[in-house]
Amino acid sequence: MSDTLLQVKDLQTAFFTDAGVVRAVNGISFGLEKGKVLGIVGESGSGKSVTAYSILRILVDPGKVVGGEVFFKNEDVLKYSKRKIRSLRGRKISIIFQDPMTSLNPVYTIGNQLMETIMLHTDRNRSEARARAIEMLTLVGVNDPEKRVKQYPHELSGGMRQRAMIAMALACEPDILIADEPTTALDVTIQAQILELMQDLQKKMGMAIIIITHDLGVIADMCDEIIVMYAGRVCERGTADEIFYNPKHEYTKGLMRSIPKLGQGHIRLQPIGGSPVDLLNMPKGCAFASRCDRAMKICLSEQPEEISVNENHCAACWMNVKQVYDEAAKGGGAK
Amino acid sequence: MSKTILEVKNLKQYFPIKTGLFETTPLKAVDDVSFTIGEGETLGLVGESGCGKTTVGRSIIHLYKPTGGQIFYDGEEITSANIEHHRKDMQMVFQDPYSSLNPRMTVGDIIGEPLDIHKLYSGKAERKEKIEYLLDLVGLSSEHATRYAHEFSGGQRQRIGIARALAVDPKFIVCDEPVSALDVSIQAQIINTFEDLQNKLGIAYLFIAHDLLIVQHMSRRIAVMYLGKLVELAGADELCEHPIHPYSVSLMSAVPVPDPKSARARHRIVLEGDVPSPLKMPSGCAFRTRCRFASEKCVEAMPPLTDRGGGHFVACWNK
Repeated sequence: MSDTLLQVKDLQTAFFTDAGVVRAVNGISFGLEKGKVLGIVGESGSGKSVTAYSILRILVDPGKVVGGEVFFKNEDVLKYSKRKIRSLRGRKISIIFQDPMTSLNPVYTIGNQLMETIMLHTDRNRSEARARAIEMLTLVGVNDPEKRVKQYPHELSGGMRQRAMIAMALACEPDILIADEPTTALDVTIQAQILELMQDLQKKMGMAIIIITHDLGVIADMCDEIIVMYAGRVCERGTADEIFYNPKHEYTKGLMRSIPKLGQGHIRLQPIGGSPVDLLNMPKGCAFASRCDRAMKICLSEQPEEISVNENHCAACWMNVKQVYDEAAKGGGAK
Repeated sequence: MSKTILEVKNLKQYFPIKTGLFETTPLKAVDDVSFTIGEGETLGLVGESGCGKTTVGRSIIHLYKPTGGQIFYDGEEITSANIEHHRKDMQMVFQDPYSSLNPRMTVGDIIGEPLDIHKLYSGKAERKEKIEYLLDLVGLSSEHATRYAHEFSGGQRQRIGIARALAVDPKFIVCDEPVSALDVSIQAQIINTFEDLQNKLGIAYLFIAHDLLIVQHMSRRIAVMYLGKLVELAGADELCEHPIHPYSVSLMSAVPVPDPKSARARHRIVLEGDVPSPLKMPSGCAFRTRCRFASEKCVEAMPPLTDRGGGHFVACWNK
């Protein structure tokens, strides 16, 4: 499609640790269209953050992209020179991190850090950059921005710091904003402020957003499309309604059953048994098989292919393949 | 209503903070908080970080010495008394299953230590038997007793922490954010473990958490705290469906619901601004600086917690 901004194809990222090779991302593909909000959900270690870092090439040693392609406006980002990738980061694709305290530099003022980004990517001079910094802080709802630009990160509250981070990320009007657990460190009422702000800004500036989180509530609130990740692979993808109301992968179904819902009375939760998979010893078949109640023989030996449930929905689970076969067999029998 | 096991009356917990060379200002972490917990009941305690909910839990089991107010356990005042003989009855499960277990001790010794301290066995064989029983109770196997904490996942570690709390057969456990460090798929396992134990052993919980969906699921009644004060206390479903205090109302509306259709339909009441510093508390009602309904009366005095019928307590002048 012409509106596709970002196309990730079969991305593979591995960490070469002393204990062995950890395949954190194991063949992820997805596309992101202009003005859409994509949610990537999964538990810790499922590879959702590593996917984002791989796209921006900000992985730290011993992490390396070992395969796949990342097209931004039809150019492969992974083949960019170091110089060119710098002009992409912050200018075309921005990222905000989970913890605003550790991602802001404590020895520079907020204004300084904002102006650095602006002057690096645009040809504004110091005073213009300063004006832009104040404008951005106003936009993200920081009160008294003229005073704030002179303050250091420790003088701001958690919510204010995250706003400053968002202002920094959006200062150059990027096409894509990647938000890596943007509200996990914040309180519920502050989280509501930040989510509201991101929705507003998205409407105003029309950028695409990738939200990475483990919070299904945030996902339901914000996203058009959802990717569910488990052990470095996509197990299910689809529109928000499809994923929440018609989940087809056993892991997604398990997730939905294991969270309490508001106002449904007291129903006993049905947890997913077992523990998350050990990425150093990945099973041969489906990574979720050992925790899956409905695992079959084939799940242990072979990786399920992604098959389409309908035009808005794909899942990689052998149960769906079986269902297709069963239906075909039934149909054949009737004939 | 069942027998009251724990009563907290006007609990105050101030911490002296140095604000100058010779000056200290009291930080009112908990100010005039009262509630009761019945036998085998779960009381949920919610609020934002820094509102004093953890301090309440810690003051109750005497990890801090309360500045004022009274705490009764089973009808006996324990506020300033030596509570060693009650340590056995009140236990705590901590938030972080990584830092709350000693890495140099085997799981058997971690769980066995409270048994040693309270001399709850007559011989080595009985000690071993008790440890195995406890491991089984929280869903671990007896082989786990010889391993070290680092060999376990987060969820399993939290089970070890629960087994340790259960070792002395307590009547009341303070659960301080016991699932917030765990993955979504593991949280449900631990929540069910807590529920099963309550049904089996009749333990009362003070369940402290910031995740409202989980608190509502776990609790019979919920108390909402804001800046050290109790602003609302009601039955769990009542509070979630008909919150009265403006803070609770916005808190409920801000909870991200894992349901896209209701998320789209719902109107979020976004609070302005941040929580004020507890060192510079506003006069009168602590919430008035962010409240849409604030009036002059709110500036003058803190509203008392009054019963609005059916055990629904609210501290607000205007609602």
